[in-house]
Amino acid sequence: MDFELTDLQTDLADGVRRLCQGRFPLESIRTFESAERVVDRDGWRALGEAGVFGLCLAEEAGGAGLGLAEAALVFEELGRALLPGPLVATHLAAGLVDGADDGTVVVGLVERPPAGSTVPAVVENLADLDVLLVMDDTGVASVTPDTVEATRLQRPMDPLTPLWSAAALPTGTQVGGPELSNWWRRDGAVLTAALQIGSAAWTTELAVEYAKQRRQFGRPIGGFQAIKHLCADMVVRTEVARAAVHAAAVTVDQPEVGDPLVAAAGAKLLADEAALVNGKSCIQVHGGMGFTWEVPAHLAYKRSRVLATQFGTDGPLAESLASSL
Amino acid sequence: MDLRYTEAEQAFRQGLRDWLADTLPGLPAKPKPDDWPGRRTYDTHWQRLLFDAGYAGVDWPEEGGGRGSSPVEQLIFKEELERAHAPYVGVNFVGLLHAGPTVIAEGTPEQRQRYLPPILKGDEVWCQGFSEPDAGSDLASMRTRAERDGDHYVVTGSKIWTSHAEVADTCELLVRTGAEDSRHRGITWLILPMDTPGVEIRPLTTIAGSTEFAELFLDEVRIPVANRVGDENDGWRVTMVTLSFERGTAFVGDLLEAIELLGTTVEVARRTGAWEDPGVRRLAGHLRAELDALWALTKRNVSQAARTGVPGIGGTVFKLAYTETRQRLGEFSLGLLGRAGLAADDVDGLDGLGALPAETMVEDWLRGISLTIAAGTSQIQRNIVGERILGLPKEPSPAAGK
Repeated sequence: MDFELTDLQTDLADGVRRLCQGRFPLESIRTFESAERVVDRDGWRALGEAGVFGLCLAEEAGGAGLGLAEAALVFEELGRALLPGPLVATHLAAGLVDGADDGTVVVGLVERPPAGSTVPAVVENLADLDVLLVMDDTGVASVTPDTVEATRLQRPMDPLTPLWSAAALPTGTQVGGPELSNWWRRDGAVLTAALQIGSAAWTTELAVEYAKQRRQFGRPIGGFQAIKHLCADMVVRTEVARAAVHAAAVTVDQPEVGDPLVAAAGAKLLADEAALVNGKSCIQVHGGMGFTWEVPAHLAYKRSRVLATQFGTDGPLAESLASSL
Repeated sequence: MDLRYTEAEQAFRQGLRDWLADTLPGLPAKPKPDDWPGRRTYDTHWQRLLFDAGYAGVDWPEEGGGRGSSPVEQLIFKEELERAHAPYVGVNFVGLLHAGPTVIAEGTPEQRQRYLPPILKGDEVWCQGFSEPDAGSDLASMRTRAERDGDHYVVTGSKIWTSHAEVADTCELLVRTGAEDSRHRGITWLILPMDTPGVEIRPLTTIAGSTEFAELFLDEVRIPVANRVGDENDGWRVTMVTLSFERGTAFVGDLLEAIELLGTTVEVARRTGAWEDPGVRRLAGHLRAELDALWALTKRNVSQAARTGVPGIGGTVFKLAYTETRQRLGEFSLGLLGRAGLAADDVDGLDGLGALPAETMVEDWLRGISLTIAAGTSQIQRNIVGERILGLPKEPSPAAGK
């Protein structure tokens, strides 16, 4: 048993972090704020070339043949960079949709609202998509994005996640059965949780940096326990959730060590919380400045709200964990 | 990242499991919680059994007479003992987990020879004299004074939170040898035989009604200079050397006990019908996620210790998270008993419900209150995370002000 990252895993995460810093710095991501399209196609291909989407695809299928553990480390970095676009969906679709793995095709994914639902489907990134996959308990269907009758929502909460509302989604072409839905819901939860811990770690750093530099009452505010303890709690939340996310990913790869579904649900539950509470704490540490558009704390907080609605929300996740007791 | 155990690790686990299955049924009945002489006998007998089987000091280095196991084997050791409901380390805690490792790291060859074997065999029980009534979180302000008189130190002062003092043979004692305001730089680590004249023990009763620890009053107690571990005025460093000794496994037993308590709690909720309430189920599900995550974090810390020798930041982070999760679990489990949880008596539920485990839950809830205080309050732990991990500015220090 050795639950530390291998050198290969550390190098992989470092490589993706450098790619994000060089290719997707926050200033350039922010130029897409409130746009209808947020995916930079050259950038998406660069992600594909770096292996972000084909990481878990078998080598004979042109992928890297790595596990979900490696993918989780990569997605943690993407989450830290606040990278917009349907990252998890395109990763899951690699091997099923041509061009998803190398980043030439952008794939979206949405849960079909259950029959009798009173709330419309809310679809992300529709204008950027080449393929939209629609998932429910019976399986996964492929839909051509322009056939979706949808209205663009003018005031999406996260300015980097454009949204559309659709009263109904086309039936599309069936591309997978219920087992694919189950598989994607589990792996999607783990990868989304990984994005969330990246965000939780990043908002911690942002808050700490500000707490060291901002002075009030003649000293840096980070010297006051009221602020210091907020920051310490951010670290604790992140580290506990990170352990859960890494364990879930490893459990999917090594099912003999535990129940992958339970581990994935727990990871998503704790990672959502860590990202949301840390996002809020980051704004709080920044005081009035934290409430301004300029300080990017709100971008992380809003993104984590979006991610918290995908692949399981807190109540049902906790219920599913309870059913394992 | 690999959560699978190697063949050697599995063999270690199996050997231990077999030994526990053979040994545990032969143990005498557990003594009552307040029967301290009985507890000493019980705990030291258990330690002797571990010693004879080669499991004493699993985490001690071989040069100290221990087994020198890897951190992963230590994890397995604690896990298997807890799962088999083996006795706790009990009165052997200070000797095995702090004083012994300190003597191994900093003691002279004579001191090692004199003090280590009796700890491993369960022949000698240690207690700890560190905190003082006026020096808790600010331990470096301690005032218990040691004056040199020939080949003795003459010690006067008082210590507090000294667990197992009534049944201990020996005390690891921190004393002030430097100037009054010398703080970390004027402290010395001494070995105090508890039967030395001038030592008075006054038991303290906890809010759980138990007498786990005591106050120690020292009135011109003469301690040989030969009993000093490390140099004069170097005691602070000597103490810190072993603080990271457990290498991430400090709470393994507690954590597994908490997981078991959650199972008991859910079972009670099912029997009483509270499980029909989605709010109850969600709280239980959330606690399951937290405890699983803490188990994963334990494995992370242990793995880090296996690579680097120390558990890094993980220990502090773990303690902060675990203690608060554990307290919420205590609240949850006690709350489910309703008014049957107002006394630690296992009353029978109505309608053939059987005995409700009030004793376990009330005791656990009460003892749990100490978790965020003992071994460094959560507030001090947050300062440590803020200052040592995040590099935030330090609290004002009285020493720096002078």
